[in-house]
Amino acid sequence: MERKIRVLVAKPGLDGHDRGAKVIARSLRDAGMEVIYTGLRQTPEQIVSAAIQEDVDVIAMSILSGAHNHLFPRVVELLKEQGVDDVLVFGGGVIPEEDIPFLKSKGIAEVFGPGTPTSKTIDFIKANLKRALA
Amino acid sequence: MTELVRRCIAGDVRAAARLITLLESQDREAYTALYRLKDHVGHAHVIGITGPPGAGKSTLADKLIAQFRARGLKVGVLAVDPSSPFSGGAILGDRLRMQSHATDRGVFIRSLATRGSLGGISKATHGAIRVLDAAGYDIILVETVGVGQSEIDVVRVADTVVLVSVPGLGDDIQVIKAGIMEIGDIFVVNKADRDGADRVVRELRAMLETQAQLTRGQAPASGPDTLAARDPGFMHHAAIEPGAQPPATQVDPGSEMPPVLKTIAENGTGVAELTDTILRHLARLASTGELERTRLESIKYQLGQFVFEEIDHLLGTTALTDVRDELARKVFARKTDVYSAGVALFKSILQQGADHGHPQT
Repeated sequence: MERKIRVLVAKPGLDGHDRGAKVIARSLRDAGMEVIYTGLRQTPEQIVSAAIQEDVDVIAMSILSGAHNHLFPRVVELLKEQGVDDVLVFGGGVIPEEDIPFLKSKGIAEVFGPGTPTSKTIDFIKANLKRALA
Repeated sequence: MTELVRRCIAGDVRAAARLITLLESQDREAYTALYRLKDHVGHAHVIGITGPPGAGKSTLADKLIAQFRARGLKVGVLAVDPSSPFSGGAILGDRLRMQSHATDRGVFIRSLATRGSLGGISKATHGAIRVLDAAGYDIILVETVGVGQSEIDVVRVADTVVLVSVPGLGDDIQVIKAGIMEIGDIFVVNKADRDGADRVVRELRAMLETQAQLTRGQAPASGPDTLAARDPGFMHHAAIEPGAQPPATQVDPGSEMPPVLKTIAENGTGVAELTDTILRHLARLASTGELERTRLESIKYQLGQFVFEEIDHLLGTTALTDVRDELARKVFARKTDVYSAGVALFKSILQQGADHGHPQT
């Protein structure tokens, strides 16, 4: 049987707006993926630990507070420290255009801004998985 | 695979997580892994937590984790949520309530989707328990999906089943219905600060007392209804004749009636007592030999289940699909009937099964 795509959807940092994250979670579910929803105010340590226990293919994070330049790269760093190299990490939320090259240089595979069609996110995940499904 | 197994036994979190993924994908190699883990399992106490959606199972699990950790025990959690029957996807949200333990190295939390199973847990749950057991977790909490009345598969994997109820779900007929109410070893009335909690406790106790009496072959207590007798104010008219003494509870203290406890999981009230009760239940199972008996029963059941799955798997192979389709056409053309065709198909399955590979080779 083919493996299911598992995605951790997390809200690092202190902003309390998880509507976007829930919409993403819901649309990934409808695309047949298993979404582990960890909720608001997660530390990078919690996110990485959960990602390992849940053996996910993808970590999808949403930030609207402006702390993305610190928190997104921290998640990638912690994954590296744990020797995890097969998890796709991407972000979304309110991220200024000029921060995106920096985030990509730190290992964030993609950044999706407000208004991104959910189909685009789904296609991105399917095209960029780092682990084979079968 | 040998490497994954070795790391899992050494307590490596990533290895354990990966093995569970293989089991979930029904990877043949995962069965090989289970075979190799066999000398390292059997130590963990498996606790099932079940009850209706929104009863507070995850929150209760979160507080139980803290209690077990305070007692120096390592805790594995398998939290099951439903898969969509339409997309096959799932939102696994139980972990949300347990994130305070995310970075505790003595706690492993894994969310499992039901993937079509209707019994309240997933097919992989049994194997995942073995993996966590081998990885050194002392306590394994299995949180079922929110259940209705008949999803009782957790009883096949758990040593102790905690059934969580909440006030306001129905009357005392609900608690004597068959199914879910029969599998609890420990009953919890959560959200006990809500109206009606004491009434649910009384209804559960009355149900359990009657059960205990019936089990011993006694007629249930004569005289006023047990429920009313325990609390004359419960019935509006308190229809007990003046002067009539409500019968004393006829359950002897030595008999083991499942305990009924009140908790408020949100603030932790009653959870320490629940933890003690769970540990006492296990101790009693172990000392009476009941543990071996129930585990053996569970294994028999799992063997049956495994065979069903294998047949299902075989039926999906090209050779047997062809046989089935051919037989179906014959039934359609009224050359034979469903039962005769079924027997013929079963014979083909048995032939195919004969050269079915052993998982551990």
